[in-house]
Amino acid sequence: MRLSRRDALAALAALGGGARGAGALLEARTSAERERVATMTAVAEVVYPDAVDGVDEFVETYAVGRGRSSDHGEARRAALAALDDRAEREHARAFAALPPARRRVVLRSMGVDRAHPNPDGTLSERVRHYVVDDLLYALFTTPVGGRLVGIENPPGYPGGREAYQRGEPE
Amino acid sequence: VTPGADADPDADVCVVGSGPAGAILAASLATRGHDVVVLEAGPRFDFEDRPERMERALRPTSERADVWEMGGDRDAYSTSGAVDYRLNDARVKGVGGTSLHWGAMTPRFHPEDFEMQSRHGVAEDWPISYADLEPYYVRAEREMGVAGEASRFGGPRSAPYPLPAHPFSHADELFAEAFEAVGAELHHCPRAINSEPNDGRSQCVGFGTCTPVCPSGAKYTADVHVREAEAAGARVIAEAPVQRLEHDGAGDRVVAAVYAKGGTERRLRARTFVLAAGGVESPRLLLNSASDRYPDGLANSSGLVGRRFVDHPGITVAGRLDEPTRQHLIGFGTSITEQFYDHDSGPEGSVIIGPDNNAGQAPATTALSTRPVAGRLADGDLLAPFEGDRWGEAVLERVRAESTGQVRLSAWAEPLPDPDNRVALDRSTTDDHGNPVPDVSFAVGDHARGTLERVEPILHRILDALGADAVETVVGPDDPWFGHHHVGTTRMGTDPGSSVVRPDLRTHDLANLYVSSSGVFVTAGAANPTLTIAALTLRLADRLHDRLS
Repeated sequence: MRLSRRDALAALAALGGGARGAGALLEARTSAERERVATMTAVAEVVYPDAVDGVDEFVETYAVGRGRSSDHGEARRAALAALDDRAEREHARAFAALPPARRRVVLRSMGVDRAHPNPDGTLSERVRHYVVDDLLYALFTTPVGGRLVGIENPPGYPGGREAYQRGEPE
Repeated sequence: VTPGADADPDADVCVVGSGPAGAILAASLATRGHDVVVLEAGPRFDFEDRPERMERALRPTSERADVWEMGGDRDAYSTSGAVDYRLNDARVKGVGGTSLHWGAMTPRFHPEDFEMQSRHGVAEDWPISYADLEPYYVRAEREMGVAGEASRFGGPRSAPYPLPAHPFSHADELFAEAFEAVGAELHHCPRAINSEPNDGRSQCVGFGTCTPVCPSGAKYTADVHVREAEAAGARVIAEAPVQRLEHDGAGDRVVAAVYAKGGTERRLRARTFVLAAGGVESPRLLLNSASDRYPDGLANSSGLVGRRFVDHPGITVAGRLDEPTRQHLIGFGTSITEQFYDHDSGPEGSVIIGPDNNAGQAPATTALSTRPVAGRLADGDLLAPFEGDRWGEAVLERVRAESTGQVRLSAWAEPLPDPDNRVALDRSTTDDHGNPVPDVSFAVGDHARGTLERVEPILHRILDALGADAVETVVGPDDPWFGHHHVGTTRMGTDPGSSVVRPDLRTHDLANLYVSSSGVFVTAGAANPTLTIAALTLRLADRLHDRLS
């Protein structure tokens, strides 16, 4: 299943605030923004199933749109910076520059895999909420994520009234 | 107590509450030229925020009550009965009221519901009949935009549904034969959800989160009628919780509603007052308005204010099919059967049965769920103590297991009123304004439990006929779920000794105080109450219009 900018725009539109960016090409414009997108994409490559292609395009559009429209942009930026800090400290490279296996190690060493997501919690809880869960939410509320399990109009996505009447995905 | 009657009032009608009962009443009266003020305890929510509320609903870290910001001192309550009742999951305070999170299911009551004593020797008859209410059912369906198709069950209809029924789901098609195997007939489920553009609102676009929030506005919520009322000149004051009602020196009439606003108490004087704050807050306000003249609370000479509380208990049986069951593609059930909505046929007691289109968890909710080590160990995951949550393929496996291949069937039954089931005041706990909080104390009676016990094997037989595996009762009669329908606490009747309001919904005790709520129902039926609330409200509006004119 291939994710696209269009899927990301659809996810943003469903989230309401991102609707302002829907239809526009949402690209990282500053180097700091590009770094954050790279970190977010690197996390997505760890937490998304292998069958998902086109992660970078999807994440760029989604992450940039979400960052610009959400009230929580600053908290998300801080969570991503913390991931990079930990990667630099433990592996002397930015998170996005690590191979996927090392990225998993960083996430585990921060306790993100055991953390209960909490926007106001500890660092690991905030990374879980603002980065890992945000990426999973975007994927599984859009048709590409839903189609992985045969649910082409998953809850959270306004895909109309036809899918529920069909015996199988189109 | 304030001496003097209603000279120079601030409004013709003061309505307390802006859910369907309050909003429809306000719109109906304001559009006919009456000066109406609505006092709403909760805030005015921005429509644009609904997608964020949807996200809250789908993320497992949020509780149901968080979606519409219920909780805290404002909404404090107690629950002291056999049922540990989660009241704040069952209601919303805000402009639009509990309809903001409702499922929009709108069956009519059946004719027998109004005559349970005469027909079956249980409970009591209503002082009005299905025939009395039928024209108002027609209007209520139009006001709310109900999509449906007449079935052969229930009472006669004088008009078709205003909108075509939502088509059956794939799961309904699978279930239809299984229902036939037990001699039952599935039919369309009426919903106040637009099946086509209606009333300036879109048709359903399939967000799939109707309960607890519809981001598109295709689901009817009472803010629709609030807007209509305001356009006609009604004033709606949000974040204005009414603290008490004050009556005149003789105790014949209410003269003012005292409400909190901006850190002070204000008084609104009106010719007529209508309580439309639901089956819990309406009796609570009457009890909190006790005076020397009425030490047990207003309109409570019968002692029945708050008593005979009822909520519909339900059970759920689930299983798995080795084929796509196509769940989580629409937010509401599209079929039910009212075949057993007949006290003396099928399982004794009235019941509605319906298949689900949302068995299991939504994919996003599953993907974001953290799994406690203990739970993973119980599932045989021996690596759980050494490894945190796994992502990638493991997420996909979890979503597939939790969100697909499931089937689920629920039934809910009529409970009979019992004076020991009640909303009372808990004087040991106060809300953010120092008022005693409601204590909801009730148990599921033998009648409803018996009905659910008799219907449970029918649900199993249907799932067996469907060919489902791993069929099990996931919520059973001993610990049922509840429909969040608050009925009976200000019941209607002709005898002032055994009822709180008259058949015209005026309180027996006070000449200008009315109640518009499921609290006035004499019995609960098995049907969801909101359409009947709306029908009774429209009937009340006509009577008030005549009286005020």
